[in-house]
Amino acid sequence: MAIVETRHLTKVFKQGELGAVNDVSLATEEGEFLVFLGPSGSGKTTLLRMIAGLETPTSGEIRIGGRVVNDLTPRERRIAMVFQSYALYPHLTVYKNIAFPLKAQGIPRAEHRKKVEWAAGLLGIGRLLDRKPRELSGGERQRVALARAIVREPEVFLLDEPLSNLDAKLRASAREELERFHESVRTTTIYVTHDQVEAMAMGDRIVVMNFGEVRQIGTPAEVYDEPADTFVATFLGSPPMNLVERDDLIVGFRPEHFFPVAVLAGRAAVPEHLRAHDREGPYVPIGLRVTHEEYLGSERVVYGALDGGPFDGKKVISRMPSTLVARYEPGTVHAFAVTERHLKLYDRATGKRTAGRPPREVWR
Amino acid sequence: MRPAAAPGDPGQGRFLGVAMFAPAVLYILLLIAVPFGLAVLYAFSDARIGSTSFHLVGLENFRSILQSPSFRKALRNSIVFTLVAQAIVIVCSNILSIALEKPFRGRGFVRFLILLPWVAPVSLGTIGWKWILDSIYSVITWVLVALHLVKPFNTPMWLGEPHLAMASVILVHCWRLIPFSTVIMLAGRSAISKEIPEAAAIDGAGFWRTTFQINLPMMTPILSVAVLFGIIFTFTDMTVVYILTAGGPYDSTQTLPSLAFATGIAGSDLAAGAAISLFLVPVLVLVAYGMLRLAHRAEVV
Repeated sequence: MAIVETRHLTKVFKQGELGAVNDVSLATEEGEFLVFLGPSGSGKTTLLRMIAGLETPTSGEIRIGGRVVNDLTPRERRIAMVFQSYALYPHLTVYKNIAFPLKAQGIPRAEHRKKVEWAAGLLGIGRLLDRKPRELSGGERQRVALARAIVREPEVFLLDEPLSNLDAKLRASAREELERFHESVRTTTIYVTHDQVEAMAMGDRIVVMNFGEVRQIGTPAEVYDEPADTFVATFLGSPPMNLVERDDLIVGFRPEHFFPVAVLAGRAAVPEHLRAHDREGPYVPIGLRVTHEEYLGSERVVYGALDGGPFDGKKVISRMPSTLVARYEPGTVHAFAVTERHLKLYDRATGKRTAGRPPREVWR
Repeated sequence: MRPAAAPGDPGQGRFLGVAMFAPAVLYILLLIAVPFGLAVLYAFSDARIGSTSFHLVGLENFRSILQSPSFRKALRNSIVFTLVAQAIVIVCSNILSIALEKPFRGRGFVRFLILLPWVAPVSLGTIGWKWILDSIYSVITWVLVALHLVKPFNTPMWLGEPHLAMASVILVHCWRLIPFSTVIMLAGRSAISKEIPEAAAIDGAGFWRTTFQINLPMMTPILSVAVLFGIIFTFTDMTVVYILTAGGPYDSTQTLPSLAFATGIAGSDLAAGAAISLFLVPVLVLVAYGMLRLAHRAEVV
């Protein structure tokens, strides 16, 4: 096991163009599950490929276990990687696929069977060893790819969107399996994804990236509850954080913190968990003119525009549990509110979080 | 369900189909089926150029060519020549395809240059080689003399000594077939997903292991197609031999096609010539069958 560290890592593909990865400095912790999260083109895969040794950095340093590995080949870095397409060797059986890294690293043939069976057993694919990859389902292929990665007992695991080729149902169970797998082997893992649900569910910490830059590193709760800038605020959360601007400030609040005022004032029949959580603290009352409403079963999403006050006419979204019984006809105006501590302030020029003024003042 | 035919008037659609199809059928019938049928017929007859007598003689022609030493020599030459040329072609085109796979400055131009020998007419190219290998004016000899590697008064006769002549014929064939084989290999190589060699690199495989245990096995189907074409092109080609050496010296470069030509056309014995060229057919059918099976099996991994 090892710590992976990058220092001012930059990758420029074409001279004169903006880097695919720009000056990224970060470090994993021992045995951590670190997620690189970002939209496509954010540089997360390029960053991972540089750590793997498949791309050469333009500048900067990569360290694995304290050793600078910039000039080492992938094999010398003692890492394992699972590719998005799994990249199984189609002409080899599952057994030979899993044994390939052992063979390539010159481990005596006598030990192969034991190790392959151990890895296959860990992932529950022991009965598939004689099959060829094309005879396997997507989920089974993914497990073979994982087994091939684990069999050499690497210091670091690199996973490049390993679940994106699975269908939605399988993805949820594969995710849980991966989590348990990491729990049992505790190898430092870097996981690349564009799926925020995967990132939130699996990551010990999340590195949010955009345009080749790290926008925020933190635990899922940190990046979700205290986004460092407007990109993180809108990239995480579905629907994303409401952002309304005024002068040099942007005010953000999450749809699930934007409630009918009656709920916050404790006047409505409110589900217990909401009452305990959200009645604390002073709130800012805000009028909402409803445009339409979506009923999603467990929750309802109300779309509308702010009514009155300094942010009149700005489009916002409210999300509330469908246990709150209420009707929101298009065109009607309702008294909504946000607890003050859930209002986040951002600088309009840089998009970065600012301490700013007390929210009550901003709203006046 | 019948496609194409217009409702209410099925006849017109059928006519158009036949009309579109006819040129291909005519081409195959006139230029392939008829000559082939004639060759079969001649092989079992006593047809000769300049004679009107025509009798069927059964397997007589085959019996006599099998007993002829020059036929056996030509058969052996054909096999040696095909196998050696193919081996060289496969190795060289593989190396070339590896070199040409990664992008570099001017790759398109280099690819074009490599393809040139395939595009040029065989006879023209071979005439060029005949000059290059000439007994008096050979540039190769000139360079070797200039480098003091051979003595000026005792230069190698590239086309005049049995072993050198065979080597020269093989060399020219390689020159001609490598481009084609390289293009096929490049296609096979680019069909391998980029992530697979990358996975092999991560798994710790070096260049040789990746080449021989990952890339080449994955290329088997297309590789066997390249070999099949190569074997058929080499085995049935007579242009190179005919222009370079005309089978000489002392029949040392005679192959089955050139012997068939020498016997049947130049030597007027149509029947024997046809029998010699027909001898190739079952051999090639077997080779083709074997290669296609191999390709199929490799594909259905």
